[in-house]
Amino acid sequence: MSGYVVVGAVVLSGILLVMAAALARRLLAPRVVTAAKRTTYESGVDPVGADWAQTNVRYFVYAFLYVIFAVDAVYLFPWATVIRDPQLGGASLVEMGIFLLVLIIGLGHAARRGLLRWM
Amino acid sequence: MSALEVVVRALVTLVGFLVLPLIVGQTEHKVMAHMQGRLGPMYAGGFHGWAQLVADGVKFVQKEDVTPAAADRWVFRLAPAVALIPYLVAICVIPLGPHVVGAQVDAGALFVVAVAGVGILGTLMAGWASANKYSLLGAMRSAAQLLSYELPIVLSVASVALAAGTLSLGGIVGQWSPWWLLWQLPGAVCFLTAALAELQRPPFDMPVADSEIVFGAYTEYTGLRFAFFLLAEYAGIVVMSLFFTVLFLGGWRGPFADQLGVVWTLLKGLLVAVVIIWFRVAWPRMREDQLQRLAWVWLVPIALFQVALTGVGVVVRR
Repeated sequence: MSGYVVVGAVVLSGILLVMAAALARRLLAPRVVTAAKRTTYESGVDPVGADWAQTNVRYFVYAFLYVIFAVDAVYLFPWATVIRDPQLGGASLVEMGIFLLVLIIGLGHAARRGLLRWM
Repeated sequence: MSALEVVVRALVTLVGFLVLPLIVGQTEHKVMAHMQGRLGPMYAGGFHGWAQLVADGVKFVQKEDVTPAAADRWVFRLAPAVALIPYLVAICVIPLGPHVVGAQVDAGALFVVAVAGVGILGTLMAGWASANKYSLLGAMRSAAQLLSYELPIVLSVASVALAAGTLSLGGIVGQWSPWWLLWQLPGAVCFLTAALAELQRPPFDMPVADSEIVFGAYTEYTGLRFAFFLLAEYAGIVVMSLFFTVLFLGGWRGPFADQLGVVWTLLKGLLVAVVIIWFRVAWPRMREDQLQRLAWVWLVPIALFQVALTGVGVVVRR
């Protein structure tokens, strides 16, 4: 467990680093705030439109696929620790093979239906 | 473990975290300058332009810090820290030598993958909070990229964990043998490609494509905050190179590993970092749709195949 104490201390040192950088910025960087500087950058022209815009998130299918496969990967890690068990090894390999096969069929189906093509 | 030891370990990690990315940055300047015949980076300070990086640092500190009026101030200001600190945490659990590691964590492989994935939140926060169209597009592309390329990384790490029978990074290096170079080759290729994409390095730098969306999520950032995002990129290269070294290249293994282990890890890591830099020089940027297709049509199936191959190999050889 003592490892995680060090991890905590490292996170703390990271926060200190950010605070030190903020201090350095406060001491060294100039501050001349003008309205023109604070406008949103749009390649030199005045910003167009308000802060709401409709957009079409086309890659949500990838997000679904990701969730499916990420759950799959969670099962792979515990498998790594038991595959050398003489009683479980062979059987777990067959089970994992079936599991992976189902996933590959799913991915193949998604590819066949054109879901992996960015439209 | 005494409180003093905890503090010393944290500080040494922090110093290493600040020095290693600078070395990678310096290497990138020089390697790119030589490969592309660039004169600029070879000028400052005389010999091989050694002072270029120092000059860049001084410039960043002196730049005015501008927060756009439309920005979500707190999220905007917090984003660089969120992008940077995860790599610091990741670097502290990667073992450099048999007894040289910032923090001993049992499931180190899983820990590094989990922590390195948090960094993307910084980019998302930056893109959203900037209230800038370029930034939002860039952040969305980053998120899409991470969704696709996290999987090959996770799967190839799982394959190495299978081959070693442990999730501890030290244990993986202990189990490593040279023929893994062949056995785990498909996984290693997947991992390196996906790591490039996760770091948004060329040829996978669509989220920061300057010719179409300025600088993606970092468009509105100036001065030290911007420098933090750059530092995060180079820290990411360090983390991914060392992680790759530990997983696929046997980490500290080599002649006189007990004394020279750290040197071997750093040398192999530097070699991987140079390859990552080389990709930037050699390859053009990929289009967004090609980039997604590459991940799902090639990398994920190859990584799944590698998992199957490793599983069969382990059971057959048992």
